[in-house]
Order: sequence, then structure tokens, then C-alpha cells
Amino acid sequence: MDYFLSDDVKAIRELCAEIAEKHIKPVREELDRENRFPHEIMNVLADSDLFRIYIPEEYEGLGLGSMSLCVAAEELSRACAGIATSYAANALGAMPILLFGTDGQKRKYLPGLASGKSLAAFGLTEPDAGSDAGGIRTRAVRDGDSYVLNGTKQWITNGGEAKVYTIIAMTDPERGARGASAFIVEDGTPGFTYGKKEDKMGIRASATRELVFEDCRIPAENLIAREGTGFMVAMKTLDNSRPGVAAQAVGIAQGALDAALVYASQRKQFGQRIDSFQGIQFMLADMATQVEAARALTYSVARMIDAGVRKFEKEAAMAKVFASDVAMKVTTDAVQIFGGYGYMKEYPVEKMMRDAKITQIYEGTNQIQRNVIASNLIRETASGAR
Amino acid sequence: MRIVVAMKQVPDTAEVRIDPVRNTLVRDGVPSIMNPFDVYALEEGLRWRDELGGEVIALTMGPPQAEAILKEAVSMGADQAVLLSDRAFAGADTWATSQTLAAAVRKLAPIDLVFTGKQAIDGDTAQTGPGIAASLDWPQLTFVGRVLGIEGGRIVVERYVEGGVETLSSTLPAVVTVLKDANTPRMPSLRGKMKARNLAVTTWGIADLGLDPSETGLDGSPTRVVGIASPEARSGGSIHRGSPEELAVILADLLLGEEAGA
Repeated sequence: MDYFLSDDVKAIRELCAEIAEKHIKPVREELDRENRFPHEIMNVLADSDLFRIYIPEEYEGLGLGSMSLCVAAEELSRACAGIATSYAANALGAMPILLFGTDGQKRKYLPGLASGKSLAAFGLTEPDAGSDAGGIRTRAVRDGDSYVLNGTKQWITNGGEAKVYTIIAMTDPERGARGASAFIVEDGTPGFTYGKKEDKMGIRASATRELVFEDCRIPAENLIAREGTGFMVAMKTLDNSRPGVAAQAVGIAQGALDAALVYASQRKQFGQRIDSFQGIQFMLADMATQVEAARALTYSVARMIDAGVRKFEKEAAMAKVFASDVAMKVTTDAVQIFGGYGYMKEYPVEKMMRDAKITQIYEGTNQIQRNVIASNLIRETASGAR
Repeated sequence: MRIVVAMKQVPDTAEVRIDPVRNTLVRDGVPSIMNPFDVYALEEGLRWRDELGGEVIALTMGPPQAEAILKEAVSMGADQAVLLSDRAFAGADTWATSQTLAAAVRKLAPIDLVFTGKQAIDGDTAQTGPGIAASLDWPQLTFVGRVLGIEGGRIVVERYVEGGVETLSSTLPAVVTVLKDANTPRMPSLRGKMKARNLAVTTWGIADLGLDPSETGLDGSPTRVVGIASPEARSGGSIHRGSPEELAVILADLLLGEEAGA
């Protein structure tokens, strides 16, 4: 399908596809097996300007917007969702600064992130606060010109690899979600250490780690926006990053469909190619249709964001929930088409199926997405907007 | 440091067939690529430009569509691109090609270094690099596996020759032909691709180079390709199975039989 993408975005797809072919496909199995962070590939992506695409031009980016990030995340995920996660998590980590940072904060951090010389990470989740962000226990206490942080963040993508962390912590626990604030914490700050690196089911070429703050003192100027806006910062950040997760899911599904199509054209049973069987044909047709529908929805939301539409929470949640469910379904069907071979690690589809699962869980579970969609629908109805 | 990288657009030989009747390459529908060795030459130029400053000029001779490899070079980081394209350049052998490329290098003066691939994968002559050097009367360093340094108006390289490595130092300017051992070529960058898309490639014809038609193209070529043929396909040999004793007997019979036949 032709989405009439700009020449710049087409160039991004072409470049990512070339990097995937030359640098990612040869190592993805090994990185997955060894649970290893793809440092070399991050350097290739940096040298190719891919960390610049979503950062505005005045901060040494290319200012190509949400669509550019979606296409990059999709194309990289088509080859390896773990590597794509390590890449896209930077946009998530940078988002609070991009959306709410002061010019000074932007000048200080965005050029480094644009060059890819430093990576970013976003720290919201805690052992007892995931979907329920109001349950955050990490405290930030104002002390003169500083804030002092104490607490633990869990399952932080790019943890230990990033140089810049955007952290949500409670400045006024009595007020619940309205007592949260967002901060920038740099790697190497005394009192900031990393806990264990997780051993995950999928996206194993990404680092997922605990962040530990013990009397970690940061300058007061590292507060993003105002005290008490942390929950809003986090929600807007996730609204903006959800199309990226949706795009990642589209890429995983496309990769599985590609593999299934090739396999079905080569595998012979009963003396014929298995893609001559209607049972397989119907599966392939449904997979392709679902992938295209997920892509269309994802790109539509990216276009809304790039056009400057302010309210896209519902649509971003729809894209995330739909595309991730498609990724799970299509990768499962791809394994089915591969049969016994699909269940083996020698073939890429079992990894794709493992990788797909996270897209239904992270950056807001699909149950939370449906809550978001439904609450928007109900609100729109009550206000007469529907 | 002003560096020229001379490159050639070639058919992707992985896809080329030979017309069995006319003994010519069948180029229809075959994708064209930058000669693989020239990709390494380009990286070598970019690498030293990055280290020493200056600029890299990608240079090729060919039909208008050869512009594609120049744009590819710019997307990887070349600063300028020059296409030598003229009907009068068509049908050139390695001599005429070298003369024409050398004329462009003279026009681009001052140039410190010309990098090019050790050979093109279509002609396999490895003559054009040395030809450029000869035409310019510059030193030539061929089959270079590693450039060790460029300093004080000299270049030090390792030539990978049969059975060993020769370390050579030469004055600049010089022509260097590189092997695939020299480096790991970089990927294009997005900013490079954006620049390449909008790039107006400089195109020079015979008049721009101040050459005479007798010096270029078919008229300037002392050699002619009079025929090209595919080697006959080798038969697959024969496989024999059995115990060592049985096989020894079979082998002896075969060898003796062959001798008797000869």
C-alpha cells in the first residue's frame, strides 16, 4: 500500500533496511541467545543520523517527527525487535525533555542524544507501580538547590546503557498522582546505581535493568516542568511514544509474514509447495491484511501528531493495542506455518513470537490501553462530542 | 588534503550472464552497482579526510546513469561528485579511460591523492589505477591492503603481494589502488542521503577536459576486445564408493587406462 511518505521518510526506511540486512540480521540470533546489548549497532545507527530524526533541528536533530520514528522503529523491528527497542527507548527517554524541557535543558541534553553519543532511558515503573502510576514510591525531596532521590525503578529499558534518565518521583506523596514530578538524572551521579539486568523472554538484545537511588543528589534545575506535573509528563510521554510501540509491532509482524511467505513457497509436502494449499493461503492472506491494517492505523496517528493535533490519546492507544495484538497473532501463525521448524531456534520466527509478546505489555498493557480508549469514548459521549 | 576517489559503475556480476551466441555480456535487467573495490577506496578517502581535514571528490566516467554511484558516494560522505560523460568517451579501453580520468584530476588540481579500487569486477584488468598514475606521472601504490599513515607530504602503505607484505613510503601526490582488506566501509548517513538527493552532479564532457577526440573513447583506444567467451562448463567428475581395496583397484584402472589412452 502506498502511504505517500515523504522522500526523507522513504530514505529512512531504505537506510534502516540496509542496516538491517548488513548489520542486524547476521547477529540477531547471537545477541538474542547471549542477552547482549547491541553497542556496535547503536554506533552504526548513530553514524547514520538515525538518532537525529525525531529531535528538532535547533538541537542538532533533523526534525522529521513521529512518522520518521515510526518508520525507523518498524523497519528495524522487522529484523530484530530487541535492537529496535534499544533504539526506540531513546525517544521515550528523550520525550519528557522534548515535550516539557526548558530551552536550557534541551540545549544541554538533546544534541548529545541526537548524535547518539549518549543514550536516554525513561524511568516510571517500580515494583509496585506499573499501570498504576499513582503507586510510585521513589521520593524526591527538595534540599536547597538540589533534590535528593531515594527509591528503585524496575524494568527500565536501556538501564545501565543510557547516560540520561528521565525519572518520575514523588515530591508530595500525600497528593498521590498529583504529587509526582519528573527529573533528569545523569549516569554517574553519586547515589545512582544499577541493579540486576533482567533475563527476559524476548527483546533480549535490549537491556532491562533496575535503577537504584540512594540519597542521590541532583541539581534543582533538573526538574522537568513544575513540581506535581510528573504524572502528566509521564502520560503525555507515553501518548507520544505509543505510535512507536505500534510501529515496532507492525515491524515484528511484517518480519514474520515475510519469513512465512518465503518458507511457504519453498516447503513441499504431498509433492507440492505448501503455499498451494488453501489452508495456508487463507492464513497468509489474513496475516497480510492484519499487518496492513495495523500499519495504516499507526501511520494515521503519527500523521495526527506531526500535524500538531493536540488530543490523540485515544488514537495512540488504539494503534498500540491493535498493532501489538496483530503482532502476537501474526507471529504465532508464522510459527504455525513453519510447523516443527518454526518451534526451533534455527529459524527466526520463534524469536519473533517471543519478541511480539512484550508489545502487548509494555508502555501500558493492552488492558490499560482499552481503559484509555473506553474512558475517552465515555467522556466524548457525555460531553456531546460524539 | 584533497582526495579524488575514482570509481566505476559495474553490472552486479552475481547477476550477469553471457550471451552464448554473441559472446557478449547480457546487461539487460542486471542491476548496476558501485564497483565493490571502489567502495573500499571511497572509505579510505573518507577516513583520511575525517582524520586530516580537506575534501573527497568522487569521480567517474560513464553514461548519465553512472550518476547513481556518485550519489551513493555522497550519501556515504563524499563532498563533491564529478561525472565525465560524453559520447566521445564511449568504447574506451583502459588506456583511454586512464587518460580521461587523469585529465579530470588535472582539472581538479591541486589533488594530493587518488584512491581507486584495485580493479573493476567487470573488466578485471587492474590497469586503470596505474594508467591514471602513468598519465599524471605520479607514483603508483597498487594492491594496498592498509594505509599506515599520511604525514609530511608522504604516504606509507602496506602492499599485499604474493607471499608477503611490502611496506612502501611514497611522496604525494600519488595514486593508490586498494584491496578489501583496507577498511570496513561505512553505511550511508541520512544527512548524506538527503544531500545526495538534491545534489546537482558536475558533468564534464570532452571540451571541459580539453581533450581531443583522438585521445578518448574508441578512437583513443589502442586495444580492442575481439571476443569474449564463457569457459566450457566442467563435467562433475565421478564418484566411486567401496572399500579402500576396491577403490584402489578402480583408481589404478582409471589412471592406467588414461595413460593407455594418452
